[in-house]
Amino acid sequence: MNETGWFSANAALLLCILGSVVVTLLPKLLPVTFLKGDSLPPLLRHWLSFVPVAVMAALVGPDVFFYEGHFNAGPSNLFLVVALPSLLVAWWSKNYFLTIAFGIGLVILARWAGWY
Amino acid sequence: MSGNSPASPLAEGLRRALPIVLGYLPVGFAFGVLAVKNNIPPSLAVAMSVLMFSGSGQFVFAGMWGAGASALSITAAVFIVNLRYLLQSAAESPWLAGLPRGVRFLLGLGLTDETFAVHVTAFQNGWQRSLTTLFVCNQTTQLAWVGGAAIGAFCGELVSDVKPLGLDYALTAMFLALLVPQCVSRLHVLVALFTATLSIAFKAAGMSQWNIAVATVLGASLGTWLLLRKARQEGTPLDGGCAAPREQERPTDQRATVAGMTEAMPEETQS
Repeated sequence: MNETGWFSANAALLLCILGSVVVTLLPKLLPVTFLKGDSLPPLLRHWLSFVPVAVMAALVGPDVFFYEGHFNAGPSNLFLVVALPSLLVAWWSKNYFLTIAFGIGLVILARWAGWY
Repeated sequence: MSGNSPASPLAEGLRRALPIVLGYLPVGFAFGVLAVKNNIPPSLAVAMSVLMFSGSGQFVFAGMWGAGASALSITAAVFIVNLRYLLQSAAESPWLAGLPRGVRFLLGLGLTDETFAVHVTAFQNGWQRSLTTLFVCNQTTQLAWVGGAAIGAFCGELVSDVKPLGLDYALTAMFLALLVPQCVSRLHVLVALFTATLSIAFKAAGMSQWNIAVATVLGASLGTWLLLRKARQEGTPLDGGCAAPREQERPTDQRATVAGMTEAMPEETQS
């Protein structure tokens, strides 16, 4: 296929990627580029200080409690079963690398052993 | 976990990137495999990883493209799931104050959930800002993200299922590792539990994609409200703002002290 053919064959996909790149980069770039970070109102600064913990919790909650596409708060949810000891490892070790390796390792072990 | 190591800024950037690389390689690989399975050519899957550098956005894109969704609905879904970057980018801005606009723009390009979390945690622990560390960490992690996607997209047929490798859990493992160091006080733990519960409930109610941004806004608002209420009860005014970099200079600042909260909630910060 020549180059023009490749572009026209993927025109819809390319358009879609272009749109998605724009709506990904604008939220990343606009605040940090244009906000004057050292002169924000105190209340807003306090509010923003809770964003790191809130956004991470908002991401991880559904990841842990939705297993194979469904809400599952029971022992048949492998991700939930692995997440609980991972929290303890994270708390005690204060080490990102160890926490991530422990979690992935436990998932591999559980599936390799045929428990899940 | 971060902060005051005597290592060079370059080594510190690599050290900070290492755990993220451990997550990005497998997750990037999983994206490459998934993208090709959803009829995205390998070259474009890699291009997406270079230009978007957004795990959740790219996975939403691949899933919806494979399902035959329209360009408009895919773009809208990616935008909604990425609204949280607006909050993260704003939350990082006080720490980057004083840098030229062009530098802040370039640092914004490297913003992801993970780089944001490790940098902000380091700032909160009194780290003296180093552009070398910030850029080395951001660019190393993006290299891993793109490399993982390239391997997955071009060699993905070698792997029929990513599950035995635990790759479907890699992102969750990373989020958990990044969440725990953020829980620096009882108030933060409360905000985390509240926000996670809301996000789960919104998703269960069918608000997929919206759940993250909406839960984050409500969670941060709860935290601010409780902080204000506490300050009022104790009769101490709130000053500065938690994210104020100048607070770093205080000798009393410690790991558990989110800058600015020393006055507001003294007993919370001793843990």
